Amino acid sequence: MSDSNGLNPSRRAFLRGGALLMAFTLMPVARRVLADTEVDTLGTVVLAPDLPGSLRTNPYLDAWIRIGADGITVYTGKVELGTGVKTALLQIAAERLQVPATSIDLLTADTALTPNEGYTAGSHSIFDSGTALYNAAAQVREMLVDAAARSWHVDGALLSTRNGTIEGPAGQRMSYAEAVKHIDVHQYAKAQSPAMDTADFKLIGHSLPRLDIPAKVSGGAAFVQDMRLPGMLHARVIRPPRPGCVLQAFDEASIEALAGVVKVIRDGNYLAVVARDEWQAIKAMRSASEVAQWSDGEAIPDEAQIHGLLKRLPSRRYPISNNGTPSGEAGTRFQARVTKQYLMHGSIGPSCAVAWFKDGALTVWTHTQGVYPLRAGIAEMLRLPPARVRCIHTEGSGCYGHNGADDAAADAALLAMRVPGTPVRVQWMREQENLWEPYSSAMVTEVDAGLTQGRLQDWAYELWTTPHNERIVNAGRLLPARLLAQPYTSAPSVPIAQPEGDGDRNAVPLYDLNSTRINMNFVTEMPFRTSAMRSLGAHINIFAIEASIDELAIKAGIDPVALRLTHLSDPRARAVVERVRDAIGWPQKSSEPGAGIGFAFARYKNIMGYCAIAVKLRVHPQNGEIRIDHVVTAVDVGQIVSPDGLRNQIEGAIVQSASWTLYEKVAYDAGGIRSYDWSGYPILRFTQLPKQVDVHLLDQPGQPFLGAAEIAQGPMAAALGNAVANATGRRWLNLPLTRSTQPA
Amino acid sequence: MSQIILNVNGAVQPLELEPDMPLLYALRNHLNLNGAKYGCGFGQCGACTVIVDDQPVFACLTPCAGLDGKKIRTVESLGSAEKPGPLQAAFIEKQAAQCGYCIAGMLMRAQALLERNRHPDETTIREHMAGNLCRCGTHLRIIEAIKQVAGQNGSLT
Repeated sequence: MSDSNGLNPSRRAFLRGGALLMAFTLMPVARRVLADTEVDTLGTVVLAPDLPGSLRTNPYLDAWIRIGADGITVYTGKVELGTGVKTALLQIAAERLQVPATSIDLLTADTALTPNEGYTAGSHSIFDSGTALYNAAAQVREMLVDAAARSWHVDGALLSTRNGTIEGPAGQRMSYAEAVKHIDVHQYAKAQSPAMDTADFKLIGHSLPRLDIPAKVSGGAAFVQDMRLPGMLHARVIRPPRPGCVLQAFDEASIEALAGVVKVIRDGNYLAVVARDEWQAIKAMRSASEVAQWSDGEAIPDEAQIHGLLKRLPSRRYPISNNGTPSGEAGTRFQARVTKQYLMHGSIGPSCAVAWFKDGALTVWTHTQGVYPLRAGIAEMLRLPPARVRCIHTEGSGCYGHNGADDAAADAALLAMRVPGTPVRVQWMREQENLWEPYSSAMVTEVDAGLTQGRLQDWAYELWTTPHNERIVNAGRLLPARLLAQPYTSAPSVPIAQPEGDGDRNAVPLYDLNSTRINMNFVTEMPFRTSAMRSLGAHINIFAIEASIDELAIKAGIDPVALRLTHLSDPRARAVVERVRDAIGWPQKSSEPGAGIGFAFARYKNIMGYCAIAVKLRVHPQNGEIRIDHVVTAVDVGQIVSPDGLRNQIEGAIVQSASWTLYEKVAYDAGGIRSYDWSGYPILRFTQLPKQVDVHLLDQPGQPFLGAAEIAQGPMAAALGNAVANATGRRWLNLPLTRSTQPA
Repeated sequence: MSQIILNVNGAVQPLELEPDMPLLYALRNHLNLNGAKYGCGFGQCGACTVIVDDQPVFACLTPCAGLDGKKIRTVESLGSAEKPGPLQAAFIEKQAAQCGYCIAGMLMRAQALLERNRHPDETTIREHMAGNLCRCGTHLRIIEAIKQVAGQNGSLT
């Protein structure tokens, strides 16, 4: 397997420096995929590099599966973020243990109970945890069968299992719970697992209804917001108006005197109120906001100048791909500047957490993506040994990356220490989430690419970005810790290395190219805190690449889809492109005024899921309003676990990416962030929804799981951009498209 | 504090509340009902949508004072996880949720429409639902679930 630059991925990963090599095995015949993951960069340690998935970092089988008289418990270090991953992981474990899914109790991330799998991020959950469970479950089942075979003195090949019971040739029966007494599950997994014919799958590849949905449609306690602990108090924080503001005066006594207020916490620039009732806490917060006096804080840049500023701020330049020798041939060229504004995660439920300091130990219920890194950050902030802090994942509103979850958990932890013995729930207000969540970085990219005699030539691409991975590697990464009288400082920013990439994720086209000159300028002195949001830089990089392919094709009079196929040598890449081409009837173009059609393709990170998308839309000739009539996509994510779960993720990604690409940008001026509510940060509503979305799933039975959640963000943005160019006859390269005034 | 009588899901509840308290907090903290969610507090996202008499309202903006004599319904009134009502069953069948935080509000806004117009067409559904936000992009399935019930006859509870 070699990439488009003629280097094999392992060499590339080494060349990029410090990247961890990941061996990935789904089936007994090893097929290796290499990845330096968002997870690996965040506090997990590779103990067994030859094992598949997260067994590399958690090699003991009993870290994943325990069987006792009370049943089977399966553990994952990943969390349910609303993607359905909990149900999918259960399907994998039940399939390989050969038990009904209902007989398993599946526990998600909890620092007291589950493996440390770092963050639930980067479309890695099925890739990491699913692969670990696929192998660990089969190995445990094999050990159980072997134990029964030894006990009955028969050949293990003659035994079968059904519903958690081992059956022998003479009618012998032994439950898993009995068999487990004869084995020790506390041992390293093996590199090879028992084979299973994919035709025998009863759960993998089948759509199991999600476990969590019935509670969510009926008012069950489904979210951390719904927790009610005995005697629980309610807290609200009071944040400065802008970063860098210093609290100059605050009349604590006037707030303490308010009805229901139990405590007012003031520590440097950190302010919070704790009250008996939630409404009392909100009213106290409002009063406190009125009496708190702050200094001016850091200067906020001019929104109109942000892209010029990004290019001037101090940055480190990272070579991403510099291969081959430029031909220097004239041919057709396309040169352009592509921009993106700051985006918000925009969770519908603002961040929330519950914490309880009791008997010298702190428990935090949190919708974080990474309970272990969060625990380390909170322990450092509170100067507690990590063993005395427990973080339990409890679902929140969808986050799509690093939103306020960790910061709210740190708030709850700080406040719980001030009301020892009593649980405290802190809920951020909408304006606090919008002003203080880490944004997705504004970015600038510049492309200069050529086409000579039907071949793409001399691909030059330079990008400027602030960090996409300000995860919790120390206490200073937690916003509340920065506000304390003795503040913590954030650890230096480090980009995620290729081939996963950071702002440079998917900056390298998958297309065959004679030469590349691709570099990232990593800006670390940033006006706003930025961190991970679904697909990181891939959103704009794929938008820019696919716009360039279309422009070059059009200039040279070549069909854009045909040009893509000419430069794609991976048959799975070609398959998704061809499926979408045929399904939408490319190059069909409506004669209706303002109608356009656009196509795009990418393989996420060039190592994960494949996705091609075509979009048909209409641009209103007077007001520029965009109506999406039809979206057709084809995806290949390897072995599919849950077809309906995959479809749900892809449909959602298409709608969310349409919202980002067409409508979204954080508004700000010298006074601060203006997008404090949904009127200041409009997102797609039902009336702007695509009329029809068709998702084609290209299953690859027996192939490695590649992950699904983030693969469509870039291709959808790019297909929209190409369709708008097709509709208007002009190329629009400044996102968001409907708020962009200048064509390129 | 004053005594406020709320009629919620058919039960009359005398409560000691601050009269300016939005209905949302009374439902969640004084009646232990999880369905209505805090999303924005500005009536912009619909996560808190409940039905008052026959209208969908934003519980985050509606003060408890003034609800005397009105019939308040939350998603809990439609059925339970074990015995879901028709609209809840359609949401489960269509797997019309991702994170699910907005879903209870979606259900109540859709329920209000179906009670008024038993067979709305898709355009009507899209326009009616525009007051509620979903960030996961589950809109298409939400519409499918509502359309399924709109295409049926029979009771909505």
